[in-house]
Amino acid sequence: MNGIVNSLGGTNTSVAPGTPRIVSSRFDEPQGHTLEGYRSTGSYRGYEGLRAVLDMGPDEAGEMVKEATLLGRGGAGFPAGVKWGFCPPGVWPRYIVVNGDESEPGTYKDRVLMERDPHQLIEGCLIAAYAIGAAQVFLYVRGEMAHAQERVAAALNEAYEANLVGRNILGTDFSVDIVLTWGAGAYIVGEETALIESLEGHRGMPRLKPPFFPAAKGLYMRPTVVNNVETLSNLPWMANHGVSEYRAIGTENSPGTRLIALSGHVNSPGVFEVPQGTTTFRDLFESPEFGGGIRDGHELKMFIPGGASAPWFFAEHVDLPLEAKVVGPEGSMLGSGAVVVMDETTDAVRACLRIVRFFARESCGKCTPCREGTTWEEQILTRLLEGHGRPGDLELLLDVADNISPGPYPVASDPQNSLEAVPYPPRQTTICPLGPSSVAPITSAIRRFRSEFTDKITRRPSIPVGSETPAPATAATAGEVGHG
Amino acid sequence: MARLNEANEQLARAIIARYPEPRSALIPLCHLAQEQDGWLDEDAMAHVAELIGCTPAQVLGTASFYEMFKLHPVGKYCINVCTNISCQLLGGEELLEHAESRLGVRSGGTTPDGMFTLEDVECVAACTEAPAVQVNYRYFHRVGIEDFDALIDALLAGELDDVVPPHGTLAKVRQDLAADRIANITAPEDQEMPVWIARAEASAGEGAAT
Ligand SMILES: Cc1cc2nc3c(=O)[nH]c(=O)nc-3n(C[C@H](O)[C@H](O)[C@H](O)COP(=O)(O)O)c2cc1C
Ligand code: SF4
Ligand code: FES
Repeated sequence: MNGIVNSLGGTNTSVAPGTPRIVSSRFDEPQGHTLEGYRSTGSYRGYEGLRAVLDMGPDEAGEMVKEATLLGRGGAGFPAGVKWGFCPPGVWPRYIVVNGDESEPGTYKDRVLMERDPHQLIEGCLIAAYAIGAAQVFLYVRGEMAHAQERVAAALNEAYEANLVGRNILGTDFSVDIVLTWGAGAYIVGEETALIESLEGHRGMPRLKPPFFPAAKGLYMRPTVVNNVETLSNLPWMANHGVSEYRAIGTENSPGTRLIALSGHVNSPGVFEVPQGTTTFRDLFESPEFGGGIRDGHELKMFIPGGASAPWFFAEHVDLPLEAKVVGPEGSMLGSGAVVVMDETTDAVRACLRIVRFFARESCGKCTPCREGTTWEEQILTRLLEGHGRPGDLELLLDVADNISPGPYPVASDPQNSLEAVPYPPRQTTICPLGPSSVAPITSAIRRFRSEFTDKITRRPSIPVGSETPAPATAATAGEVGHG
Repeated sequence: MARLNEANEQLARAIIARYPEPRSALIPLCHLAQEQDGWLDEDAMAHVAELIGCTPAQVLGTASFYEMFKLHPVGKYCINVCTNISCQLLGGEELLEHAESRLGVRSGGTTPDGMFTLEDVECVAACTEAPAVQVNYRYFHRVGIEDFDALIDALLAGELDDVVPPHGTLAKVRQDLAADRIANITAPEDQEMPVWIARAEASAGEGAAT
């Protein structure tokens, strides 16, 4: 039966011919998740990179990562080597917290990395811990990912047994513990300071930064490096093949590869490893090894280039490369490597509401503009979609949004109406970027598809008070979000 | 129901020992309690509080933030249907409606026989395999309407018992970190500069001196 495939079934993970696989080389190896499989398959030999790094010394290992310009893959794209350097000298202990909380809508890559190549992540943690001087690593896996937790637990057990983690690793004076820990269902815990709160046993509410950033005062108010699963998973290949080989892939600003989850209305969705900076959205949508085209008989209406938090792009943006320095000025971001494609059957208001509802549900409630504002946005959009919109609702919606993120919000250009792009990032009145993210679909959809909103206001259904009262429209019948 | 049983209390102590501060074990211990009882009972939270040295209210304060902790009994199977954007585009909301009519409960409800609790959930990181469903946090990919019915039938017939444990059980493999294996975990204030860093600094200092 088609539906009953569990998580190891199905996901398409191909790469373009000739592209090196840095992090995905064991995705299709049935035993790639075991220690034996890690050592005998893939694009490098497992735990040999660690040996090389132990010979280098911690400073040189840190230098390697800095020279490589390893950009964070969790969303913000900050260079890992630079972040590591922010730990104040002489303050001990330092901790590493691995962010495996993947829950940005559209994002599906850290789960694959943890399920299919957990030793790669563990080796990445070891290299980082050695360079930073962290004696304890906490690997925080999203609560809902039972299978990823099992695979990481099994790999850690093997690695401790083989003296690859723990005391005097491989006979050296390098000793580190890696502790698997996990969440319990809350998107906001992916934000690094909320993650730290959660790991301290608290409600997952972000901390105000500044004054303190985690690298200076994080877990237990000690220096803490928070890195994404994919970021760290790049380190073993890099330690094996060297910085120059790494930098030869992608571009000067964005070297290496990225995992992209391509979902929505394409013929063959999947999780693809692509060179950063040189690959375009068109490559992703159209190449036979990737999307294989917009789903049959349909055309592109819009796409989200970097997860639900990212402003939308449109047909004229498909030739942009996956390069933060290009996508930012065009009004969006690459975020978490989540590209969601929507064809012309998609109702812009319904898609917008769904994303806004996500942020309303996931707001942690710590600050008022986000807690009240996202709920209000959801209310307005819901009544619009159900046929009860009021004149002035669009202005109200934009006003509420402006109270969460003041000023012009990042948005793509609209050549037909001669409107310029507003570059990323947005401003915020909030503690963290979750609230402002709720504005992305609103401003994107209203700028492009204003008439879809106003039509819903002018078409207010009159419900007669009589025997034949029609059922009110529901979210599912009021608009068409294509499903095929 | 209950406090942690003896075996789980021992496991709880081993888990606490993995963290520099006991309170960090709060979420893992609540999962352990939920694994024992299928949901998170007040007595269990009070027991967790005793073990980590905080108040029961603090445990409840944290646990109530997180969606996975069920403060009331739920079905043997929690059916989570993703309706977020990638799944919505391929019929996730229609699938949820179908699930509601098949199970006879609205999202959030539990069937009278105690078998199923239905929830519409946010993205579960299976977006390329939409629409995605989790049953007790086990994934089912590309679930069409008929697939959903077949899934429910299979669960009722016990055919998926190997794949889907009862609600509460998360990972069936645990990290096995015995106390004598732990290399470095102590309270933060007892930590010093790691030896490999000290050695590297000393040899750099020597290099500079010569
Ligand atoms: C609301 C919100 C949610 C986030 N969710 C995640 C997440 O699920 N996974 C992740 O790695 N980073 C997430 N981040 C980014 C983290 O705060 C942090 O920047 C990242 O983990 C750093 O790792 P990197 O530098 O290796 O990318 C989120 C940020 C925000 C504001
Ligand atoms: S912006 Fe929203 S999610 Fe972020 S801290 Fe404020 S209330 Fe919480
Ligand atoms: S949107 Fe459904 S799994 Fe991501």
